[in-house]
Amino acid sequence: MAGRRIVITSGKGGVGKTTTTANLGAALAKRGSRVVLVDADIGLRNLDLVLGLEKRIVFDLVEVVEGRCQLRQALIKDKRFESLAILPAAQTRDKDAITESQFESVIAEAAQNADYVLIDCPAGIEGGFRNAVAGAKEAIVVTTPEVSAIRDADRVVGKLNDRALPIRLIVNRLRPEMVRTGDMLSVEDVCEILAVELVGVIPEDPEVIDTTNRGEPIVLDPAARLGIIYEKIARRLEGEMVPFTSFDSQGFFGKLFGALKAG
Amino acid sequence: MHQHILRQAQDDSGVEIAPAPKLGRAIVVTSGKGGVGKTTTTANLGTALAQRGARVALIDADVGLRNLDIVLGLESRVKYHLLDVLEDKVTLDEALVRDKHSETLVLLAAAQSREKDEVDTEKMRALVQGLRERYDYVLIDCPAGIELGFKNAIVGADEAIVVCTPEVSAVRDVDRVVGLLGNRFKPQLIINRLRPQLVKKGKMLSVEDVNAILRLPLLGVIADEPEIIITTNRGEPLALRHDGETASAYHAIAARVAGEDVPAPSPEFKESLMDKLGSIFGGKRA
Amino acid sequence: MIEWVKKVFGGPTSSSTAKERLRLVLMTDHLALAPDIIENMKRDLIDVISRYVEVDRDKVEVNFEREDRALAMLANIPIVSVNRPSPPPQPPTQSGPPPRRRRRKKPSVQNPATAH
Repeated sequence: MAGRRIVITSGKGGVGKTTTTANLGAALAKRGSRVVLVDADIGLRNLDLVLGLEKRIVFDLVEVVEGRCQLRQALIKDKRFESLAILPAAQTRDKDAITESQFESVIAEAAQNADYVLIDCPAGIEGGFRNAVAGAKEAIVVTTPEVSAIRDADRVVGKLNDRALPIRLIVNRLRPEMVRTGDMLSVEDVCEILAVELVGVIPEDPEVIDTTNRGEPIVLDPAARLGIIYEKIARRLEGEMVPFTSFDSQGFFGKLFGALKAG
Repeated sequence: MHQHILRQAQDDSGVEIAPAPKLGRAIVVTSGKGGVGKTTTTANLGTALAQRGARVALIDADVGLRNLDIVLGLESRVKYHLLDVLEDKVTLDEALVRDKHSETLVLLAAAQSREKDEVDTEKMRALVQGLRERYDYVLIDCPAGIELGFKNAIVGADEAIVVCTPEVSAVRDVDRVVGLLGNRFKPQLIINRLRPQLVKKGKMLSVEDVNAILRLPLLGVIADEPEIIITTNRGEPLALRHDGETASAYHAIAARVAGEDVPAPSPEFKESLMDKLGSIFGGKRA
Repeated sequence: MIEWVKKVFGGPTSSSTAKERLRLVLMTDHLALAPDIIENMKRDLIDVISRYVEVDRDKVEVNFEREDRALAMLANIPIVSVNRPSPPPQPPTQSGPPPRRRRRKKPSVQNPATAH
């Protein structure tokens, strides 16, 4: 049976699509799935960098589409995992280098030998977005609890609904202390506004920047709090009912503002 | 759309007429990578310039994903947008929204329900040119990416500010964008969302690191402050204030843009100042 | 600093302001994205009002306006004619024939002589 094809998108840039694609993919691979990650951001590739695989790129997505190499030649196996590979984007080309149906074919081929194909979508809703979505059968929308990100996510949800893709939501870069003081929208607020099934809540964590700098997905660190959270998201994707981690503050303010959840 | 015609400094017989009005500066704010602070920078720089008395027009070129209006708190006042003007459905004056807080600041919002490929490049160029004849500064908020939206955003501009965060992907994207901007522009750099504590621990690129790779003239460095989120929640740009590190940074950038000789942010200077501030305020993180 | 002052004096938190602003702006965004909804709403509105008064269908205008805290729909519906009100129907009696029915109102222009 062919693997699941999930696009990770957001509308707004910088909310954590690439980091999520990398870490969610790594978490799924760690749990034994065969995972292929595809960087659909032609011209502004970053998935390779975030995984520390940039030096091993030989072929890219566009060359596969143009028939200059086989898909399996372009896939870079991440040796830190049993079965995780990435298909990098082209850096010196434009997003109109490939069509939606060409992209869809590549994804379909990748899904033949994988349990999950995760597509890292570029920011925006232009051609790059349309290509990325064309290859998918499901979507994960990533947003932060900030006004512009939520507005853009809403637009993207509308576009995904037009294509009848099932959608799940990840709220990223939550700062529970700011939610407590009323300086940041809560997860409940975000879910109420977007009305999409929640699959993950990831708190802001300065360690993440360090891991992307070093090209080491945080999931590799068994002690990392965020690693555990990505694994929970992986489990939910696999159909398990996993409760969200609680960030309850003690005492009066905890009761006042309710349980602040992450996970 | 009103067409203004620049008067000639001299008519054919050589007699001097009134000198041509000085053309405003058109600056595009871009980055490649999304989420690094282009819109926030456009809103705050525009506010800071207007607070100094300059006449400023802001254009949101992110058709379909507009956010400059909401960052400025003007979303309830937007009636018409960029495409309405480009398609001659309304005049520019009908579409321009006056800012709530700064008298000499106006906004031309993006269209929310349209697509970027509906923007006519030549008309966009003419629009920016027209605005330059009436405003001292025209700041263009560029969308993320390097597709058509980016191309249309840069078309009318003659200067560029690139915004970068101290992260590998952002630096890489800026590098690509600078290449695409080409020789027409001499882009200046703003480094945004710096976290001095993390730099100190070696967990984040320093200003020096970024500049060593990009080698662009540095316009300013802005630290990551929760205040930005709060002010966006309220729709009240931080540059309306004159206290606080970030507000001051925007005012300094505005001064530099205006040509003032504000001491250039030498990386070491900025680092040590940030260090002191970082340790004073504790820098609590989630 | 200013946030702290706002909270102490009981102002709304910035997150509640943000939530409200988002709610309203998304309403406007959704409307902008669905012109057919506005057309359908307009048509249904005219149909309903036409049951009571006669309207000039071609000149009906429906707009959405943002005030600071609310989105309002403003409809301008020119009324061409209002029929003379008929008395309320008589309650039915136990015996005797039912009361003769009054001439029914017709919301049309077929009878210019009866238009007011």
